Amino acid sequence: MGLERGYRARPGEWIAEKLIFLVSLTAMVMIFLIFVFVTREALPILLGRMSSAATLETAVIPPSQMDSLSSEALRQYLGLTPAEFAGKDRETLELLMELKQEIAAEAPEDKDATVNTAAWRYLLFPYQWTGYDHPVYIWQPVSAIHKYNIVPLIVGSLKTTLVALLFAVPLALAAALYVSQLASPRLKEWIKPAIELLAGIPSVVLGFFGLIVMATFLQNVFGYASRLNALVAGIALGLAALPVIFSIAEDALTSVPRTYTEAALALGSSRWQAAWQIVLPAAVPGVFAAVALGFGRAIGETMVVLMASGNASILSWSLFDSTRTITATIAAELAETVFGGHHYRILFLLGAVLFAVTFLANLAGDLVIQRLKKRLEGKRS
Amino acid sequence: MAEHLTPTIRVAAGLRQGGDAASAAATPLIRIENLSLYYGRAKALSNITLSIPERLVTAFIGPSGCGKSTLLRCLNRMNDLIDNVRIEGRVAIHGHDLYDAKTDVIELRKRVGMVFQKSNPFPKSIYENIAYGLRLRGMRDRRMLDETVERSLRQAALWDEVKDRLHASALGLSGGQQQRVCIARAIAIQPEILLMDEPASALDPLATARIEDLILDLKKEFTIVIVTHNMQQAARISDSTAFFYLGELIEFDATRRLFTNPARKQTEDYVTGRFG
Repeated sequence: MGLERGYRARPGEWIAEKLIFLVSLTAMVMIFLIFVFVTREALPILLGRMSSAATLETAVIPPSQMDSLSSEALRQYLGLTPAEFAGKDRETLELLMELKQEIAAEAPEDKDATVNTAAWRYLLFPYQWTGYDHPVYIWQPVSAIHKYNIVPLIVGSLKTTLVALLFAVPLALAAALYVSQLASPRLKEWIKPAIELLAGIPSVVLGFFGLIVMATFLQNVFGYASRLNALVAGIALGLAALPVIFSIAEDALTSVPRTYTEAALALGSSRWQAAWQIVLPAAVPGVFAAVALGFGRAIGETMVVLMASGNASILSWSLFDSTRTITATIAAELAETVFGGHHYRILFLLGAVLFAVTFLANLAGDLVIQRLKKRLEGKRS
Repeated sequence: MAEHLTPTIRVAAGLRQGGDAASAAATPLIRIENLSLYYGRAKALSNITLSIPERLVTAFIGPSGCGKSTLLRCLNRMNDLIDNVRIEGRVAIHGHDLYDAKTDVIELRKRVGMVFQKSNPFPKSIYENIAYGLRLRGMRDRRMLDETVERSLRQAALWDEVKDRLHASALGLSGGQQQRVCIARAIAIQPEILLMDEPASALDPLATARIEDLILDLKKEFTIVIVTHNMQQAARISDSTAFFYLGELIEFDATRRLFTNPARKQTEDYVTGRFG
């Protein structure tokens, strides 16, 4: 009867299904691999196995005394792994010893020169560096003493993202509510593509706009000291996030059944009341998703903040201070680091932090959306 | 609104004068005169003239696409939501023209409530569903809200089933219960007229029977206009019935006469189930 043929009955469909499955699997594998790559590069820092001390705590041994050391002592002195040590000939080892000597000679006369600034407590907590009268958070990776405190960068990212969302969310939601519920179809045909076209503007153009036009305008209005700051960067960033939030929120609002609006109007509500009191609450899960996506877009955006934020890595909660984000730091510095060095690895650590923040934000957003949906559907009160 | 129209104006010319004692004694509340409606260039209703009496149930019957729902939606101007709708003629309640430029549509809809074909409670709690219309009318006092919500739910024969879960989502109720929430919501704001657009078409026979009992109960207080596909339903609950076909009013009469002794051949064919 042919009943027992199984998938052979429709091989084309079977193959298509498996192919689609593979494609979706690839996406997941890619994300996983990127995460693994980023974290692997940051691993020595994460595990505290990396030293960025400007000079050694041990005394310098001149290359001429090389033979007086046992090979094990020499290996430890040069800080090599047994495998690396085994792969190097005598001449190279001599050169490495000379290098050590040179570094020691050039090392600053500084109490901090022996500090491993890539250790966790220097990354996260304030430290009173030479010349400061109180403990500070500083990101100064290319000074003689490498200062790698990532807190100013995290604060900078959060600050600009917050400004961006405060600027973009109300505007995008108001526009979405208007376009989906109140605008006449003809007006809608104009407004919707216009806002979505904003998404197509390259971020370098938005950054340029922020840097040249908005910065001057806002400085004239508010009269603050530093021309480029978190406010300018945040608003330019908001322009980048706005179309994302708008189009997701507009979809969510439009997909609220028309019957709700009809019911509200039939009870004698105005169109505005129906949109605000009935449609918006019914679309809350989708609107929340839009905001979460806007957050991801804003915190991950690089070029706009690189151009418009002023890039001063100082810890400040003021919106009118110049600021620097995680993304701008990675973009500006990664190309100039030593491959595999501590600066390089700390930038990867920053990448991993960014990845974790967006991942957690998405996860939390998803959980909230599930709860809201269930509540709306009456599955729990 | 203006004073009542004289009770003598009843059924339009060209249609049979009629009605039993009950409908003859009633006051015509809604007066539709020469109403035509166009969707773009397509004519959906043509030259309808009809008077709907007060505190009785008037049923609109006819096959799909005959314009009965469209006519119902003219009575609270829900057709305004559709683009390209053009209306000619006059619809008056208490002699006041609904399509007059000075008519406040929002005020009109507070007086003419509506229950839809598909139950559409808001995705809010049962309590909030009913309180919504009351809040729109400016009722803020918590105790008055509580009382009105309870009264409306009792009137909609739903109170006993939901009194312990008033603050649970209305979407968690069964289809029949949801439709009764919609009815409670519509009557909570005390409209004069209640429009019902096939309110039981998506429900099982038991839930339908409950809604029908409810309608018979509600007619003591409200003027009800109901669109229905179900001829037995029209026969069971309505006092007068209008039969529409292809956008025209074929016959309007007391329900008993329309079903037992129709004047027109088309009506007879439809009510005896020969087409439709």
